[in-house]
Order: sequence, then C-alpha cells, then structure tokens
Amino acid sequence: MAHSVPVGQKWWSGGKSPFNVEYGKLMMWYFLMSDAFTFGAFLISYGTIRFSSYSWPDPNEVFRSFPVIGQMTVPLAFVSLMTFILIMSSVTMVMAVGAGQMQDRKAVMKWMFLTILGGLAFLGCQAWEWTHLYHEGAWWGRNPFMNINGTQSSTNFSNFFFTITGFHGFHVFSGVIINICMLIKTWRGDFEKTGHYLMIEKAGLYWHFVDLVWVFVFTCFYLL
Amino acid sequence: MSTDLTIHGHGEMVGSQPVHDAEHEGHHHKETFITKYVFSQDHKMICKQFLITGMIWAILGGFMSVLFRLQLGYPESTFPWLEDILGKWAKGGKIQPEAYYALVTMHGTVLVFFVLTGGLSGTFANFLIPLQIGARDMASPFLNMLSYWFFWMASVVMITSLFIETGPAAGGWTSYPPLSALGDASIGSQGGMDYWITGMALFVVSSLLGGLNYITTILNMRTKGMSMTRLPLTIWALFFTATLGVLSFPVLLSGLILLLFDRHAGTSFYLSDIFISATQKALPNEGGSPILFQHLFWFLGHPEVYIIILPAMGLVSEVMAINSRKPIFGYMAMIGSLFAITILAFLVWAHHMFVTGLNPFLGSVFVLLTLLIAVPSAIKVFNWLTTLWRGNIRFTPAMLFAIGFVSMFISGGLTGVFLGNSTLDIHLHDTYFIIAHFHIVMGVSAFLGMFCGVYHWFPKMYGRYMNNTMSYIHFWVTFAGAYLIFWPMHYEGLAGMPRRYVEYSGWSTFNQFADLNRFISTVAMIVFAVQLMFVFNFFYSIFKGRKVTSQNPWQANTLEWTTPIHPGHGNWPGEIPEVHRWAYDYGKDGKDFILQTEPLGADEQHH
Repeated sequence: MAHSVPVGQKWWSGGKSPFNVEYGKLMMWYFLMSDAFTFGAFLISYGTIRFSSYSWPDPNEVFRSFPVIGQMTVPLAFVSLMTFILIMSSVTMVMAVGAGQMQDRKAVMKWMFLTILGGLAFLGCQAWEWTHLYHEGAWWGRNPFMNINGTQSSTNFSNFFFTITGFHGFHVFSGVIINICMLIKTWRGDFEKTGHYLMIEKAGLYWHFVDLVWVFVFTCFYLL
Repeated sequence: MSTDLTIHGHGEMVGSQPVHDAEHEGHHHKETFITKYVFSQDHKMICKQFLITGMIWAILGGFMSVLFRLQLGYPESTFPWLEDILGKWAKGGKIQPEAYYALVTMHGTVLVFFVLTGGLSGTFANFLIPLQIGARDMASPFLNMLSYWFFWMASVVMITSLFIETGPAAGGWTSYPPLSALGDASIGSQGGMDYWITGMALFVVSSLLGGLNYITTILNMRTKGMSMTRLPLTIWALFFTATLGVLSFPVLLSGLILLLFDRHAGTSFYLSDIFISATQKALPNEGGSPILFQHLFWFLGHPEVYIIILPAMGLVSEVMAINSRKPIFGYMAMIGSLFAITILAFLVWAHHMFVTGLNPFLGSVFVLLTLLIAVPSAIKVFNWLTTLWRGNIRFTPAMLFAIGFVSMFISGGLTGVFLGNSTLDIHLHDTYFIIAHFHIVMGVSAFLGMFCGVYHWFPKMYGRYMNNTMSYIHFWVTFAGAYLIFWPMHYEGLAGMPRRYVEYSGWSTFNQFADLNRFISTVAMIVFAVQLMFVFNFFYSIFKGRKVTSQNPWQANTLEWTTPIHPGHGNWPGEIPEVHRWAYDYGKDGKDFILQTEPLGADEQHH
C-alpha cells in the first residue's frame, strides 16, 4: 500500500484527485452524506414527537408475531431475522467488492447474486410485517396498539413506523435494482472491458449505507 | 487490496483525460439542434439554459410583486385590466384576498428558489467551475444535464399550479402547517399546495444533482497547478454553496414528505387539536407539532439564504479585484469567512422562530450564534472595501453592480443585528421591518451580484458585449430604486405594520403610511420596468451586441479568458493550460495583470 504513494506527493496541487478516487465514488460519498441528512431529519422528527408524547406503545408487545408460528414468547424474533438477513447481504457485498478487486468475474457474479437475494428476502420480510400490522389494524392514521401505561395511544406510532420503514424499504428496493443492473453488467463483461470493478464498489457503498441506516431505524422503532 | 484500488483510481482518471482531449482537439463531433441547444451536455449551454429559465421566472415573480404592490399602494382604486388577466381572482378590478396570499406566496417561492437558487447557482456554477478550474466539462455532464431538466420539470409543475381552479399555494413561501396541511382551511391549501410540494421535491432533486457535480468537479478536476489556494474566490463560494445545498435540501424533502402524508394519509405529524371554523369540524388529529415543521423548514431555510448570497459574494469578489486592478484584499480571510458562514449557516435556523413558542433559553443560544455571523460578514465587507481602497477603479457596469452589492449588503446586514436579538424580535417579527431586511440583504444584494456576474461574463458567454448605456441606466435605477422601495419599509415595520395584510386602511395607526405605500408601489413599478429593459438588452445583445475582438477583454487573470472567444465543447482547443500562480496578481512588479498560466519569475515566490 505504501508503495503506491510517492513520498512528498502533493495531493491538492491540481491535476489529480486529492483523495485518489475517481469522481463517481466521491459523488457517491457526498450523496450518502446528503441522504444521511434525509434520514436524520426523519428520525429526529420521530424522536421529537415521541418525547413530546405522553406515552408510547411498547415495541416488545407490538412486534411479537412470526410467520406460520404466530405469537411468540420472545419478542422481536422476526425483526431480528430481517436484520440478520440484511447484515448478511452486506457481508456478501463485501465479498463481491473484494472479488471485483481480484478481477474475478465469476465470484463477483456469485456474491452479487447472493446480495440481491438477501435484499429481496429483506423486502419480503418487510412486506409480510406490513401486511401483518395492517391486518392488526395499523396503517397511516390508524393505531390499534395501546400505550405502555395502558392509555389510548396517538396514531403517530404507526405514522412514523410506516413512513420511515417505508422510506428505508424504498432505498433497499432501489439498491436491489442497482445491484441487478450491476449483476447484468458484470455478466455481460462490461467491467472486464473497462478493466476495473469500481461500479461494484460504488453500489457497495450505497448498499452498506442502506444497511447502516437500518441499524438506526431498527434501534429507534424496535429497541427503544 | 488498497494498492489495487489506488491503481484503478488512477487508471480511470489518467485513462479518461487523453480520450477527452482527442475528442475535442481535432474534430467537432456531430451536433444536432437537439443535442446542442436542448439536451446539451455542455456546461456552457446548461448555464445559459439555467440563466434564461431563471430570467423568465424572475419576470413572472417580479410581475407578481407589481400586482400586489398595486393593491398595497392603491387600495381604493380598481383596475379593470386586472380582471381581464386574473379573472375571478381580481373581481371588479380589485385583487381578492385569496389572490393576494397566492401572489405573495408564489413571489417568495419563485424568487428564493427558482431565480436566486436555480437561476443564480445553476448559471454561474455551470459556467465558471469548469472554465476557471481548467476542466473540459463537469465531472458528470450527463447528471449536469439532468439537473437542468429536473429544474425544468419543477418549473413546469410550479407554473401549472398557477392555472388550476383553486389557484396556487397560498400559505406563504414557508408553507407552515396546519394551514398548509388542511385544504378545508383555505383554498390556497388545496391542489396548489400539492403542486407546490411536488415542484419543490423536483427542485430538491435538481439541486442535489447539480450540487454533487459542482463539489466533485471542484475537488477532482482542477488542472495541474491549480491548488485549492489558487482558486478564484468565485469557485470557493460556489463550492460552499453546493455543500450547503447538498446538506440542507434533503431535510426540507423529509419535511415535505411528512407534510404530504399529513395532507393525504390522515397522519398527525404536524397536527394536533384543531378546529376548523369554515367547516365547523373538530379534527381527530392528535400528538403532532406544527413547530416540528418549522424546525425542518428552517434547517433548510436558513442555509438557503446563504445558498443565495454566497455565489453573489464570489462573483463580486472576483469582479471587484479585476476592476480595481488590485489583488483581492485578504484572500485567505475571504475563504475563512466563507467557511465560517457555511458552518454557522447550519446553527442559526431557530432565529426565524423566536416568537413561535421556542424555549427562551434556547432562543438566547440562537441569538449568540446568529450575532456571530456578523463577524465573518464584516470581514468580507472590510476586505471588499480595502480592495477598492486606492484601486485603479474601472467603473464598468459589472463593477457598479459589485459596489452596489457591498452597499446593499452593509445596509441589510445592519438591520440583521436588530432582528437577531430575540427581545427586539418580539416587536419586529412579521412586520415590514423584516421584509425590508431580507429584501435588501438577500434579495436585492443577490440580484445585484447576479447582474454583476451577467454583465461581466456576458462577453465570454456570447462573444458580444451588452449595451453600456442601458446597463448604466439599469444599475442606477435599480440601485436607487431598491433603496427607495425598501428603506421606508423599516419605518413602517418599526411602527408595527404587519406583513401579509391585503389592506391597511381599517387601522388608523397604519393609515399614515398610505402615501408612503403609494410611493413604494410607484418606485417598484419603475424598477420592474427597468428590469424589462435589462432583459431586452440581454437578448438584443446576444444577436446585435458589439463583438468581442480580444480574448481577454477585461484583462483578467483567470483561466476562462485563455479560451477562444467562442469556446467549443471542451473549452480549450489544445492542452488544458497549467496554472502557476493565484488568480489575483494585479498591479504586481509593474505589470497590470499576470495570467494564472504564466510561470513564476526567478525572483517570485509561490503564493
């Protein structure tokens, strides 16, 4: 690593990228910063409203069901599975990026395929959870769950839940589409022609970001 | 692993440059009317698209102000021609209250976002960034083109809202809920509000695509030798502007999405305990907070005023140094103060909310942070004045506008010190004082900065000059007119005259201002007419203006003046020039100016 950077290299003097990256990756980083502000605004709004509310439903009571099995004795089992799937898809993405740097087209395709699968599985889980909650009577503007202290809850629990997890789900969906495009491009050999797999790295940045955001969304809605 | 990455990173860049060169050096690639003028990916053409779209918006937005100034200046009179153009909105030749609210709302939206953000940043970031840093084009010409077309779509949606039956949004340009969330409360909160939200969402996308491009282009594509501290101040200003936009617009987007849900999905993000008298209905919404929207809105809204003023500051700094034939005074201090303003811009938003129910202690924190902005602003002002000091001033139209900008910025900045105090704000908020303040410091100043830029770079854009006589008339009438319009508003505001009222004749306290209001309205119409003359001058000069015959008509140092008079796509016919010095070597060692491309002499030190 040290060999590639000549001693005394003046990174900021023009004629080259100061961060030694091509513009697309820099652009992706700035886009992610921007998107972090979008999610930040959502989550801060959620925090503001929740803490100015008298009480709030207990997520351990709300999120108790599991497909097929029904009500579980342990809370949050299903969402833990969802989270595990999403984090695993991040791992497979890392493998895809690594394979790209080794110029291993076959391995890139394998890992990208698994990443897409993970993304779709997560979206499927989310669809199931949304449907389940909908049948329990929760939707935008409707909230069947009682507050933790037994009082009637405002609708804002479900309002924020569907808006923010929905916005995150939309990001996962976009990520899956991007990853499918990348898989097709890898399969066609586009990156072998250009000689590098930077597009996979950029898609990877986005994918990791979406996973990271989920950690915050998960914390806010399921743990707190 | 990292080694690989490094090599690839370089491979891409080193590899792409020669390809670019080859493409632009020898032959012109085939261009049709569509690819050259419509879906152009040339940053210079996109600049002109932004500029001309912005001008159309400015005429519309300015005309709206003429219409409501007619009402304010002549509340007793009727104007039958108003009914001819506005129909039911001006029944009997008198602007109806609903129309008045719609006009002020759209005037604010149009001028703040579509003219002074899209029109100003879009024009000059596109034009100057590649030309002044020495790049063939933006980092991504395609995204750059998309940025314009999203702006165009946002414009179409916004213009369409003017023609729907219930009229455009009318809840103020800040669109505070609950009014903006409840269609039952006002017809201006019905369809027009949805168009407004959609238009603004498209605008945010446009601004994001543009901003990402500007930032990466400035960081990555500078020519050899163009270190960050050799950049002209225009580029620094546009860099910070883009950063502000990329980090603040997404928060507005979040706020608008929540608003949309409140409007249509029965949510209560911003709504709680509401009774609508028009329908005699109590709403079930509970638990939301309208103040939340104000926080989200002003987290964008405050940086937004710097998004508007920073490009103007950059243009003025550059034009002022060139036309004083002196280096800009305090170059590093100029960058430092731009940076300080950028940071502070994110930390002062709640000074728009002093009387909204904000905790007074929190208010006092925001007072401190707000007044701190006076420091970098004053640094900039003193640097401009010291740049002028003993300069060899050339009073070109651009230079007059630059000086006018500094004058306006000082006048408007001083009233900002009043408004930044939360105690004084109790008296002054929502009066004509605040109208006067932000129109002078942000509206008129940014316009003067923009005119300064247009007059100065017009020869580079079109290879012709604008007509000088009309330019001078334009400057003096605009400059004097702006003071005549907005200065008296301070007195009205101090007397407590509230903004956003359609008529004041019912209050004996404000009756005393009837003549003053008429005076303001009259001047406003004259100034508007002179802007039309500017537009005429602009388009006339594109086709009939005096031709530019020398490459560097202003004897400036920056790279755009090393391109041919009519640069093609790719800007430089041969190699991109290498840069050896900063942009401000004016009057150095007995030489009037030294181009940035000129190597350092034996006895010169690196700047």
